[in-house]
Amino acid sequence: MNTLITYLDYPFVRYALIVGVLIALCSSLLGVTLVLKRFSYIGDGLSHVAFGAMAVAAVTGLSDRMILTLPITILCAILLLWTGQNAKIKGDAAIAMISVGALAVGYLLMNIFPASSNVSGDVCTTLFGSAKILTLTKSEVILSIVLSVIVVILFVAFYNRFFAVTFDENFAKAVGTKTNILNLLIATIIAVIIVLAMNLVGSLLVSALVIFPALSSMRIFKCFRSVTIFSACLSVFCALSGIILSILLQTPVGSTIVVTDIAAFIICTVAGKIRG
Amino acid sequence: MDQLTCKNLKLGYENITLTEDLSFSVERGDYLCIVGENGAGKSTLMRTILRLQKPLAGSIEYNDDLTASKIGYLPQQTVVQKDFPASVFEVVLSGCQNSLGHHLFYNKAARKRAMDNMEKLGLKELAKWCYRDLSGGQQQRVLLARALCATEKMLLLDEPVAGLDPIVTNEMYELIKRLNDEGITVIMISHDIASSVKYAKHILHIGSSFFFGTVEDYKKSEAGSAYIEGGDAG
Repeated sequence: MNTLITYLDYPFVRYALIVGVLIALCSSLLGVTLVLKRFSYIGDGLSHVAFGAMAVAAVTGLSDRMILTLPITILCAILLLWTGQNAKIKGDAAIAMISVGALAVGYLLMNIFPASSNVSGDVCTTLFGSAKILTLTKSEVILSIVLSVIVVILFVAFYNRFFAVTFDENFAKAVGTKTNILNLLIATIIAVIIVLAMNLVGSLLVSALVIFPALSSMRIFKCFRSVTIFSACLSVFCALSGIILSILLQTPVGSTIVVTDIAAFIICTVAGKIRG
Repeated sequence: MDQLTCKNLKLGYENITLTEDLSFSVERGDYLCIVGENGAGKSTLMRTILRLQKPLAGSIEYNDDLTASKIGYLPQQTVVQKDFPASVFEVVLSGCQNSLGHHLFYNKAARKRAMDNMEKLGLKELAKWCYRDLSGGQQQRVLLARALCATEKMLLLDEPVAGLDPIVTNEMYELIKRLNDEGITVIMISHDIASSVKYAKHILHIGSSFFFGTVEDYKKSEAGSAYIEGGDAG
């Protein structure tokens, strides 16, 4: 306990906690939509794209990497959604192509133009999140907070419409809801969330942050609103306890959070079974 | 008064024409069944009426203050919906989305309409139930209530009894008939030719042979009698 209090005196630990909570909140919100719309794989593919973009940013020596990763990831999200609908190359194949391609190019770039002497360390950090506590610059913290707030506001504002296109896109379209714009909005928000969450848990583990709280919540709750609210609470709780555990146990922050998410999923599954 | 007039429609996809030169009209209070073989273009016709898809040629006119977005649509169930965590009320309320306009949330009138339609279809006790925990027939009634929230004039039903047992099927048909008696126009895609002939006022047969007219004429027609006998034998 004392260690924790000592740590909380450092501003970067407080930053990590604030940003961690916000990211966890955002990433869980659209989780239900993603899982139910069978979009989970898009999230996975995009995180690889974000890795590639991150590598490019590292190579070009940008101090604020989100400036590059954010637009590239958003662009790919829109592209993937588009190809998914007008399938010349089938959606999942397109995603596999783009995501594996981005991984390869990213790794290659990082090796050819090493930004630091420890290339494998850099790669590992980008893939799995920082090995120790999360360190963020002040501008990254501010950007994360602003983006998170925008995501939450958008989600609340379009909650009813998101529900409608998730439950039945054809019906929504038939009664005149602009589903294309909504899908575009969903894809953009996912891209933003992935870029944000990559700081916290690394690009390979991002999907876990999006999917686990939603799946856990769906085991227990029976209406969309409670599923959404509970998955947000659960995600925040897991992120908080994950970050604190990682400080106390000196473990990598990303995987610790994901492990707490897994534990929560198991508990929820059992609870759901008992409830019937 | 005609609510819907289709003129010389040509339906299909880029290279495949499913059906050509299709003309028919639907008047207020009508009960039209669309029958035909698999792949004849029934679902495509329905998607075209709903403006989910453009016709390759021809035109559709909406009259009587009807627009494509004011048609209540009952689609076939998707796999996603089968285990969707949403309450019955949430699903029915989402039928009011065409009245949202630029607003973000449903107003009192929309909530009341959802409640009224649930009551009408005997779903009031199930309001808080989870959609995925319902039986097939109950799920169809929920989707029908949702369709009713979207319309006051016309329902478009895509095989509403697919996968239901005979008793529930009958209940569903009676329910649809009751709604029709109350003045709502019904257009239904159906594979159940016996019930189509029993309940509908007009029949549209597309595919290998074409027929559009009243049920009485359909029974006498060549296309109809062959199809009805085939249906009975099967």
